[in-house]
Amino acid sequence: MDAMIRVKGLNVSFGEGGEALRAVDGVSFQVAAGESFGLVGESGSGKSTVLRALSGLNPNWTGEVEIGGEAQGGRRDKSFYKTCQMVFQDPYGSLHPRRTVDSILREPLAIHRLPDADRRVTEVLDAVGLGPRFRYRYPHQLSGGQRQRVAIARALILQPKILLLDEPTSALDVSVQAEILNLLKRLRAERGLTYVLVTHNLAVVAWMCERIAVMNRGRIVEELTAERLRRAEPEHPYTRQLLAASIGYDRQAVETFQDY
Amino acid sequence: MTTDPLLSVEDLHVRFHTRAGLVEAVRGISFEVGREKLGIVGESGSGKSMTGRAILGLVPYPGEVKARRIVFDGVDLQTLSERQLREIRGKRISMVMQDPKFSLNPVMTVGEQVAEAYRIHSRVSASVAREKALEMLAAVRIRNPERVYDLYPHEVSGGMGQRVMIAMMLIPSPDLLIADEPTSALDVTVQMQVLAIIDDLVTRRGMGLIFVSHDLNLVASFCDRVAIMYAGRIVETCRASELKNAQHPYTRGLLASAPRIDDDREALPTLPRDPAWAEG
Repeated sequence: MDAMIRVKGLNVSFGEGGEALRAVDGVSFQVAAGESFGLVGESGSGKSTVLRALSGLNPNWTGEVEIGGEAQGGRRDKSFYKTCQMVFQDPYGSLHPRRTVDSILREPLAIHRLPDADRRVTEVLDAVGLGPRFRYRYPHQLSGGQRQRVAIARALILQPKILLLDEPTSALDVSVQAEILNLLKRLRAERGLTYVLVTHNLAVVAWMCERIAVMNRGRIVEELTAERLRRAEPEHPYTRQLLAASIGYDRQAVETFQDY
Repeated sequence: MTTDPLLSVEDLHVRFHTRAGLVEAVRGISFEVGREKLGIVGESGSGKSMTGRAILGLVPYPGEVKARRIVFDGVDLQTLSERQLREIRGKRISMVMQDPKFSLNPVMTVGEQVAEAYRIHSRVSASVAREKALEMLAAVRIRNPERVYDLYPHEVSGGMGQRVMIAMMLIPSPDLLIADEPTSALDVTVQMQVLAIIDDLVTRRGMGLIFVSHDLNLVASFCDRVAIMYAGRIVETCRASELKNAQHPYTRGLLASAPRIDDDREALPTLPRDPAWAEG
């Protein structure tokens, strides 16, 4: 497999000594170039912590992380962010409230000293379906879905190979979620992007990803294809329970739920 | 199922007079709730939360509530004084809000708050109230109620806070519970466990439930009936089991736009909005 991302024995702890909490405990997986890989789990399972370690937002981890064929340390240099960008959950919090869309999109270009800023901004706005009339607006003048499109545009403007997506649609209404998921799927096909998608929503991950790792208490309990998930054929009892709960309310099924 | 309704709402309006002009959050809706689970579903801004708040007179200033009738147990709630309304609020009709961060008292332990909710409505000693509160905390699947009782709201997670809220609202044994997205902050398995507790209260004690939610699939599997709101109106009401055969294009669009686990569609249909729906 031509791996774009290789993670081996990843550990992340918070706190020290006896109080330390091991949020991620020996996690290993690989993501091929052009693949879409999902990390699902409930809150506290460690799925977002894995993503933050991959992106360099949390430098305190141990293990091996290789991205785009290069071994990564805790700190990342500037060139890393030309390969790998992140989209956050909350489009209300992730955009600077006093900057226009234009200024938000120009910042990464300025940091990386890329020419033709004007053309790049026009192109990326077009690619995320916003168009020029949104260019000089402020975030508060945009709807949640439009803001998430700006966040995606900001991630794409450096033309990265990898997008790390942390619950990109969980703050949005379902009809808006559909638009953003369609957009992400189309962008991946057009640009050959590699995705790592973190979500608690099994339906979203089954629709967006080819392979899925299910996390619980810092460990990957099962890795399976989206096809197996769609056919409701997970092997691990935890995944089966998660699947049962995700399908809908069933009074009888609730009685069988266990703590994992 | 709906013999004599517990609550009957006729021609409810919620309006806000703002500098930008009149905003009508709820525009003339009517519905009844019996001893059943009624789901009110809509996207953000549809007026679903304001509907729940309007019943209990909890619409914030400068909102204005007008209705032909809001009859609960034979009494029009609009005719009651604030004091009479307080007798009903909490004890007979209680409400679970979406965000526990803003609904719990930050300087009181969560256990005391649950016990207080019980003592306000029934004259019992502090120790009886404590026992009852511990029981209720256990009933909402808090694993170690003795420990959690003495924690302050900032020391509990969002999911735990929400379960505390639910315990507090259920402890006075209300006849009608209005729950505004009560479980959207919870993990799916905990969500289902909490819904089971509410479900049992409806079936065993004959409580009525108004379940306000954005999650059409959840409501379809949990509630008995569903009212779909769009732009301040109820565009369609149907039995939850019949939701698959919903007629209104908005309902059908909402149902289609959510991915399903067994989905093999290439693209998700988005929802073109017809201005006529808002008038309907």
